Amino acid sequence: MSLLEVKNLQVRVEEREILHGLSLTVNPGEVHAIMGPNGSGKSTLSHVIAGKPGYQVTGGEILFKGEDLLEMAPDVRAAKGVFLAFQYPVEIPGVATMNFLRTALNAQRKARGESEYSTPDFLKKVREVAASLNIPQDMLRRGVNVGFSGGEKKRNEILQMALFQPSLCILDEMDSGLDIDALRVAADGVNALRSPERAMVVITHYQRLLNYIVPDVVHVMSKGRVVKSGGKELALELEASGYAQFEDAA
Amino acid sequence: MNLVLAKTDTGRAISDIFAVARDRLPGAGKIADARRQAFESYERAGLPHRRIEDWKYTDLRVLMRDVLPLAAAPDAAALKRAEAAAKAHAVEGARRLVLVDGVFAPKLSDVGRLESGLSIRTLRDVLEADDAALHAQLLAPDNSDAMVALNSAMMTDGLVIEIADGTALTQPLHIVHIASSAQPAAMFTRSLLKLGKTAGATLVESYIAADGAKSYQVHDALVLAIGDGARLDHVRLVEDGRDAFNISSSVVTLGTRAHFNTFGMTSGAGVSRYQAVIAVAGEHSRVETNGVNLLNGRQHADSTLFLDHAVPNCSSREIFRAVVDDRAHSVFQGRIIVRPKAQKTDAKMMTRALLLSDEAEADNKPELEIFADDVTCGHGATTGALDESLLFYLRARGLSEKEAQALLIQAFVGEAIEQIANDHLREMAIATAQRWLEARA
Ligand SMILES: Nc1ncnc2c1ncn2[C@@H]1O[C@H](COP(=O)(O)OP(=O)(O)OP(=O)(O)O)[C@@H](O)[C@H]1O
Ligand SMILES: [Mg+2]
Repeated sequence: MSLLEVKNLQVRVEEREILHGLSLTVNPGEVHAIMGPNGSGKSTLSHVIAGKPGYQVTGGEILFKGEDLLEMAPDVRAAKGVFLAFQYPVEIPGVATMNFLRTALNAQRKARGESEYSTPDFLKKVREVAASLNIPQDMLRRGVNVGFSGGEKKRNEILQMALFQPSLCILDEMDSGLDIDALRVAADGVNALRSPERAMVVITHYQRLLNYIVPDVVHVMSKGRVVKSGGKELALELEASGYAQFEDAA
Repeated sequence: MNLVLAKTDTGRAISDIFAVARDRLPGAGKIADARRQAFESYERAGLPHRRIEDWKYTDLRVLMRDVLPLAAAPDAAALKRAEAAAKAHAVEGARRLVLVDGVFAPKLSDVGRLESGLSIRTLRDVLEADDAALHAQLLAPDNSDAMVALNSAMMTDGLVIEIADGTALTQPLHIVHIASSAQPAAMFTRSLLKLGKTAGATLVESYIAADGAKSYQVHDALVLAIGDGARLDHVRLVEDGRDAFNISSSVVTLGTRAHFNTFGMTSGAGVSRYQAVIAVAGEHSRVETNGVNLLNGRQHADSTLFLDHAVPNCSSREIFRAVVDDRAHSVFQGRIIVRPKAQKTDAKMMTRALLLSDEAEADNKPELEIFADDVTCGHGATTGALDESLLFYLRARGLSEKEAQALLIQAFVGEAIEQIANDHLREMAIATAQRWLEARA
């Protein structure tokens, strides 16, 4: 069974249609890259998959492990293994990162009928993952993303992904704002999570990221549709020729 | 005592209440005269209503309508129920001083082995004794406010605590107001805490109901006199029953280099009003006054604070947070006056309200009156709902709607709770907020 099946998805925001019949199938173990010009609807797709309010699905469906994803609340989706690393992670003053991570992890485990982590086990796990991503401990004591640099916010997203071990990881421009070293560390973090059961959807503007996280499939999105899909060489093609050829196709 | 009986309907009832109660009210001579005068002021004004500027948002003629008769002194069964309530709200390590239905309950209180420099008496004893200086302090609250006047007329009991110069109490004092009466009744209490030079103390006040208490009214007043170089940490927790009224006034004066850290949390009572007048009367003094309202159902809670900067080189900080659900109504009125002599005053006030339902209401009225030119003063007020984008982020990480709200609400009230200096009391306030949030879920 496919992990994710998006079929002919139509989405409106405030009376304006953004996605016009988008289809995408992702199987376990695969890494898909989505590229496409600004405003083509990449973040919109990721938000609709994660369950963000404010989007009106007017047609099509999304199946996750064969279940109707659109019927589920965002937290139910998270517990079932959907994870979105946001393009713009929000700052949450007054909620300590550690407290947030523990509350989130235990909420997901509880929803799945698993036992909650004990405090020492949890701390040990977070410290391990943070160390592997070069995230200093003092960052974890601060409010969620509060005063984090752009790159630190992105690393905090990867940290959560590593902690929650979701089965579908959608990474919305995780490379933006990361310096070259941080990019390599974050990509290593993502690659460490690659497994036969798990799939990744990597949204990016830059081919460079795909040198680190090598995709099985590359999709080109334009004006709310997938207009072309191919192998990893498609990304190189785009790098050379840009999106102009697809604008017409859309 | 010659009583002028009121002519109006509501006034008539209260005249009877005073007439019936007056034999039970302690103090003769000047005290009795002061009571009569206070009562006359109250009678002229009646219950405050919306046309009285200070009471604009809390119209007691609508919300309270009548003053209930003075509660009977608690019997053995009432004391037993009160004891259980006191235990359930115990503050670890604190010296407990219990007032049941407005009367000091020695058996439920820890008055043995007083530390040297600490004196604790009841209001009743002090009013009956010959102590003009203390009487003057006890009568300091200004009867031009009708509810203060009513309290001055009717005050039945309370605690008079004196801490000698140089004495820093290690054990917090915990005044517990417990309502136990099965009959609708009112209690009128007044307490005084006096800190001598460089003295230090922590005072906690709890307002709670024992099992079986019916609709009741708390009418309380507190006089705090903080001497030169002294420090008082003060926490008040209003956890009265949902049918209850809690009308409390406090008058605080600070000497030179004094420090007053006060925090109030209202999660109980149907209708409550806390009005504090804080006079910063000595140079180089500091005041931190913070508060949280956690309201739901049809609760109404009003915090009206008046900070009076009369001398130079003092600072004050006010942080107030209201969380308002259902059809509840939160009121915050914060007035700061900086008098002409009070140069180099540093005064800031920030009040924020979080509305959790469309029918919830919050009124914020910050007022800054500055008559000195070399000062740093500011205030801000906001009212809004929870941030949708933050809620979604949390839900996308697996938190249910209520869990996500709870985390954000905790953070919101945390900004005020964090200001509590005493670790143990801060934890207590956090736990109280947590209980409120869990009850929502
Ligand atoms: N809340 C909204 N209200 C109105 N328009 C919106 C809203 N959200 C998205 N849009 C519009 O939908 C279109 C797609 O936006 P989206 O963010 O999905 O693009 P994107 O492909 O992620 O772009 P980028 O590469 O710049 O991140 C844009 O034209 C955007 O302006
Ligand atoms: Mg985007």
